[in-house]
Amino acid sequence: MIHILILSGVLFTLGALGVLIRRNAIVMFMSIELMLNAANLAFVGFARSMGALSGQVFVFFVIAVAAAEVAIGLALIVAVYRNRGSIDVDMVSDLKG
Amino acid sequence: MTADTLFSLAPLVILFPLLGFVFNLVAGRRISERGAGIVASAAVGLAFVISILQFVALGLDPAGATIHIAEWIVVGELEVDWALQIDTLSVTMLLMVTGVGGLIHIYAIGYMHDDVRFQGDPSRFPRFFVYFSLFMTAMLILVTGNSYLTMFVGWEGVGLSSYLLISFWYEKGEKGIGNALAGKKAFIVNRVGDLGFIIAMLITFWFFGTLTFEEVFSEAEAMGAAAVTAATAITLFLFVGAAGKSAQIPLFVWLPDAMAGPTPVSALIHAATMVTAGIYMLVRNAPLLELATVTPNIIAIVGAATALLAASIALARFDIKRVLAYSTISQLGFMIAAVGIGAYVAAIFHLVAHAFFKALLFLSAGSVIQGVEHGHHHEDSAEEDFNPNDMRVMGGLRTRMKVTFWVYLIGALALAGIPPLAGFFSKDEILADASHVNPAVYWVLVLAAFLTAFYMGRQVLMVFFGKPRSKAAEATKESPATMVAPLVALAVLAVGGGLINAPGLLPLTRFLQETLADIEEPEFIAAIAILTTLLALASIGLAWLLYGRRPIKSRAPDPLQARLGPVWIAIRHRWWVDEFYDWLIVRRYVSLARWLAEVADERFLHDWVHDRVIALSYFRATHWLASVLDLRFIDRGFDGLGALTRRGASGLAVLQTGYVRNYAAAVFIGLVLVVSYLLLS
Amino acid sequence: MTVELAIFLGLAVVAVGASIAMLVSRNAVYSALFLVIVLFAIAVLYLLLSAAFIAMVQVAVYAGAIMVLFLFVIMLLGTENVESESRRPWQFAAALVLSYVLIIQFLVVAIVLPGDFGGEFGALVDGFGGPASIGILLFREYLVPFEVTSLLLLAAMVGAIVLTRRESSR
Repeated sequence: MIHILILSGVLFTLGALGVLIRRNAIVMFMSIELMLNAANLAFVGFARSMGALSGQVFVFFVIAVAAAEVAIGLALIVAVYRNRGSIDVDMVSDLKG
Repeated sequence: MTADTLFSLAPLVILFPLLGFVFNLVAGRRISERGAGIVASAAVGLAFVISILQFVALGLDPAGATIHIAEWIVVGELEVDWALQIDTLSVTMLLMVTGVGGLIHIYAIGYMHDDVRFQGDPSRFPRFFVYFSLFMTAMLILVTGNSYLTMFVGWEGVGLSSYLLISFWYEKGEKGIGNALAGKKAFIVNRVGDLGFIIAMLITFWFFGTLTFEEVFSEAEAMGAAAVTAATAITLFLFVGAAGKSAQIPLFVWLPDAMAGPTPVSALIHAATMVTAGIYMLVRNAPLLELATVTPNIIAIVGAATALLAASIALARFDIKRVLAYSTISQLGFMIAAVGIGAYVAAIFHLVAHAFFKALLFLSAGSVIQGVEHGHHHEDSAEEDFNPNDMRVMGGLRTRMKVTFWVYLIGALALAGIPPLAGFFSKDEILADASHVNPAVYWVLVLAAFLTAFYMGRQVLMVFFGKPRSKAAEATKESPATMVAPLVALAVLAVGGGLINAPGLLPLTRFLQETLADIEEPEFIAAIAILTTLLALASIGLAWLLYGRRPIKSRAPDPLQARLGPVWIAIRHRWWVDEFYDWLIVRRYVSLARWLAEVADERFLHDWVHDRVIALSYFRATHWLASVLDLRFIDRGFDGLGALTRRGASGLAVLQTGYVRNYAAAVFIGLVLVVSYLLLS
Repeated sequence: MTVELAIFLGLAVVAVGASIAMLVSRNAVYSALFLVIVLFAIAVLYLLLSAAFIAMVQVAVYAGAIMVLFLFVIMLLGTENVESESRRPWQFAAALVLSYVLIIQFLVVAIVLPGDFGGEFGALVDGFGGPASIGILLFREYLVPFEVTSLLLLAAMVGAIVLTRRESSR
């Protein structure tokens, strides 16, 4: 079980790192997906170790929500691209100051 | 009609004049002159009727009664009520005041009708009767009050009315202010006396615990010897009050000046009623006087001295009313001396008789003055400096004003003490008592009586005999009936007044014995009576020698002047009493007042304290507060706070980069910190 | 070293490697494809953990639909271009430090802290992780979330359409 958790943690951290490092909005988004997956992995691991199926049901919901979220998020990115001509997150800093 | 019902009518005696006062005050200007005069006279007339009823009631019940009207003061131990004490003494005064007062009211209607036209302000007529009714109300309160405090209300009231009436023509007189000054002098000198009265009241309350006459006197009797010091002190201060009101030494200086008022005022207030209030008050306090040690002697001495002093000054007066004024002071001295030697009945007797003939003399003098004024208007109206009061412009009026002459003669003889007129009996009683008790006083009074007869003779001779000394006197005519009729009535009283206490029957003595328990019956000493009568006749003869044999020419010096020499100068200058007061008190007071006003108030308080100390330091303080404290410190402080906030804000605004990744980094940092915290705890 | 452990290690290496490659890659399409590899690896891990249904859902929905959507958008926007490095070096360094710290914390939680994580996996009921059992749970205990999720998907659809509408439709 520990190995699952360690793997989950490492993947999560890598996802977070990706959010902080990359400037491409889409790649940032993909890093967020990576984080979600790491969490799913932990859920499934716990479901297995405790014999509780609810963990897997939860993963099911997470995936559904992730789908919805990706749809909206990408639609937003497209809208931003249309307005700004770029998906560099450093360009959309109008809330500065 | 029981005595009680009659007694219960007593408050009306004050109410009627009070209503007259209010009526004339409110409506006097709207009704005619005659109307205002009639209202006032009717008020007094009704009061006279009530007084007679009280007299009748006393016949039924000689002990009298106390009529309660209302509660007044109830403070701690002090309880004073509005109550009237109807006993023989107060009813004697009531009858005299309302009777003589009524006659003077009627006279005043005619007199003031002419006077307001002479002085040029006919609309002022009703005001006279307003003041007159106010005076009557106050005098009757004084006479009927049952406690020191109620009497004092009346006391002050008559003082006020006297002031108002003396200064009736306030814009006239010497330099346009003389009358007002006379009124002011009367009021202020009276005030000194009032202070004595107040102190006496304070001592009375402090010692006896009450201010009602009956209670004080019964307490005093009960305490006997223990109350002697208190009684002495009280009576001494009461005498100061009496000296003020009844014009004795040293407070007599206001009365001659008070002649500035219209003649009815002089007759009523300064001859018959107000000035006698002091004597009445002292007689009322007879029980205390009997207890006191020093005071009666002082009273007798002062009274006698005043009688002589005033008589001497009267010798050298040329103003007809001034002679009568000093005569009044002198006669008041007789009454006060009588009180001092314990002859209370004699004092009251002389008071009543004097009211009759002095009122008569004043009113007749008024008639003479009016007549001369009329004559002046007919003949001499061009002359500027004409003084109708001056006896030197009169003369030979005997044929021109017959009735006035006869009544004046009766009055003068009564005053001189010629039997069987009223003054003889009353003056004689006093002299008889004095010869027993205090020979010094007796001889002084005898000398004063001698002078009295002399100056009255002088006056009659100068005014009515000889030849007229001016065109105005030539053109004088008799006064109208409204003025002459009361004169006749008073003359009758002056003639028959002696019967009030004629020796043998002594009705007044019996009457007053109900109230003043301890009085002895006055005796009739024939030797003294004869002596004084002879002196009076001799005095009149002397006057005739000087003034009658060779009629005086106008502008000639007075015959006495040559004969008396330096004494004449002294009495001409009234023994310099007024000048002495002026030097001693008035001048000092005025300079003190001036110093206080100019130096203390103006320079010190206004200029220095107000302007420099207060205002300047205030301005400096506020200037410091504004520029130093406010501008430099407080403003900077708050500005600094604002700047600090701004800097803090701009410092914090650095965090608002607008970059998503920075915000994500912040979240990440938060996450790490929370986990560390959870791990470490 | 059991077979399971060996398989796990292999899959772990693949997943971590692919993630790092995804982070590093300059080309967005390459990053997407590397993410697909990661998803596949995780799906196999699910299989190992007796979550068969979830594994299939992962492959079908996540790798099949979501990543395809990603690729569509990448192609649409034409952002295969390489971008320069982050403009803030300090942020890069800070991110690395933070990540390092986080990993350490995870390790601490997993290894050092006492806790019963179940150790060896125990026995399971029949049909554990199968569609039937998941279905029963979904339609009994978790019915409301299930329905709400459908609403959520509807909202997401509508939102996506609205957001990407051209303004010239007025």
